[in-house]
Amino acid sequence: MTTTATATAVRAASGGSAMPGRRRSPLLTLAMLAFLIYFLLPLFWLLVASTKTTGDLFASFGLWFADDFALPGNVRNVFTAEDGVYGRWLLNTAFYSLVSAGGAALLAALGGYGFAKFGFRGNKLLFGVVLGAIMVPSTALAIPTYLIFAQVGLVNTPWAIILPSLVNPFGLYLMRIYAEGAVPDSLLEAARIDGAGEFRIFRQVVLRLLGPGFVTVLLFTLVATWNNYFLPLIMLNNPSLYPVTVGLANWAGQATVAGGSGDVIPLVVTGSLLSIIPLIAAFLLLQRYWQSGLAAGGVKQ
Amino acid sequence: MSVTTAPRARRASARRAAAGYLFIAPFMVVFVAMLVVPLLYAGYLSLFREQLIGGTTFVGLDNYVRALTDERLLGGVLRVAEFFLIQVPLMLLLGLLFALALDSGMLWLSRFIRLGIFVPYAVPSVVAALMWGYLYGPEFGPIAQLAGTLGLPAPNLLGGDLMLGSLANIVTWEFAGYNMIILYAALRAIPSELYEAAAVDGAGAWRTAWSVKIPALRPALMMALIFSVIGSFQLFNEPQLMQRLAPNVIDNAYTPNLYAYSLAFTSQDLNYAAAVSFLLGVVIVVVSYTVQLAITRRRT
Repeated sequence: MTTTATATAVRAASGGSAMPGRRRSPLLTLAMLAFLIYFLLPLFWLLVASTKTTGDLFASFGLWFADDFALPGNVRNVFTAEDGVYGRWLLNTAFYSLVSAGGAALLAALGGYGFAKFGFRGNKLLFGVVLGAIMVPSTALAIPTYLIFAQVGLVNTPWAIILPSLVNPFGLYLMRIYAEGAVPDSLLEAARIDGAGEFRIFRQVVLRLLGPGFVTVLLFTLVATWNNYFLPLIMLNNPSLYPVTVGLANWAGQATVAGGSGDVIPLVVTGSLLSIIPLIAAFLLLQRYWQSGLAAGGVKQ
Repeated sequence: MSVTTAPRARRASARRAAAGYLFIAPFMVVFVAMLVVPLLYAGYLSLFREQLIGGTTFVGLDNYVRALTDERLLGGVLRVAEFFLIQVPLMLLLGLLFALALDSGMLWLSRFIRLGIFVPYAVPSVVAALMWGYLYGPEFGPIAQLAGTLGLPAPNLLGGDLMLGSLANIVTWEFAGYNMIILYAALRAIPSELYEAAAVDGAGAWRTAWSVKIPALRPALMMALIFSVIGSFQLFNEPQLMQRLAPNVIDNAYTPNLYAYSLAFTSQDLNYAAAVSFLLGVVIVVVSYTVQLAITRRRT
């Protein structure tokens, strides 16, 4: 297990091919580039559309720039509309998702390590229960959670978004697999013989070894919370607490009502473009970590 | 000697078990509070009915009987089932083909292609739905513009006939790259001895893909499939946002989740909404298990 995981990490990190020496195929590359266009063209459209005024959106061809370059003005409008509420939404989203992701990854790391390395009674049963919960649809939980939160006064607070996002059964599953492979028992024994307490071992030895798994769970919870729409839609009705998803959906609703007469469509388009930049940047910057974390998760399922 | 070590060893193992419980405790506490309790509460709520006269009364399984004969709910369930049967095979097949192509080592620019296909996963489904809504739209959508330039009638992508396909396209765009990455990660984890053995047997690229790679991907594919069952049956964001563009096509019961949402927050019928959510959860669990059973049985 350990050796496979290491071998995987090496192979994934070096980026080498599974079968060295195989000849590259222009045909296959072209086919994949055609698919790539399908995946990137809508984003290109979004980029182009956010450089246009409302008039140019309707009057010019969607997939190329118009004569007026309205991007700076559009960005300014996005951040100044309704007393700068968009900046507020972005900060809310960042806050909700960073706290949720950090908390969820820490809970999953602690729990995954606990399930992987401690043979306490009920280990298999409890883990099975958590694993079964992966199938519980989160939206089926949203309505009862809303009712409970309404009774204890958590509706319309950041907690209403953060608390439900802390539970990530799949993250726990991934961390358990990762801990089994990445934390050698001999190292734990040596630390115990040295007289280190269990939590000191976790903090100083285990957490470092769990790094890629931790980043993987962190990033995927970050995406899930960043993209969350249903939960904040239910839980929040104060616009200054909205995450950017609910805020943009509200603006889009106003744009539908106003049609081509209003100036809301450029706000929606430019706001959409700005809102996806941070996550894409995070994935690109941290790709080494999450790719090796996922690879280890794929070893044994 | 052994007399003194035995109790000490026992004490050490008891202490270790206690540490194990402490490690899992934070997760389990939040798990119970945020998952188990709401689930039980939904089950409890679904057994009552609120009436203008007489207040809240216990009605047993009446809400479930009502749900099972509710044509709007059944219509929604059938619609997401159809969505699942069309969209998920397409998305997983694309993800599988991309992953195999990347892993074959036969591509130029493979890193660029991999990240480019994965990028839509980082786009919130709200943004994806808004963006595709504009792309589909008749006013300034490039699809309608292109059709107009060519003198062709623009397809009504927001009409009743094509809406499910238009939604399937959005979800495929969002998640094909994610599935590709999961499957690609699993492919990278195949031990190289298997490839060496296949090479010794004289297997070519196609043969290796078919007899070594795809069987090794079975667990990862199963996982992707289960997540797709969950995603399809609780479809909400995309239809909810498209509803404004096509209110006559997407009604409040277009998917079971839209229905539960409008029951709870528009009709204020919380008890019935809880029953609908609960039933939807049961449907998802049953479909997931059926899929798993079908696949494991075929293997043996």
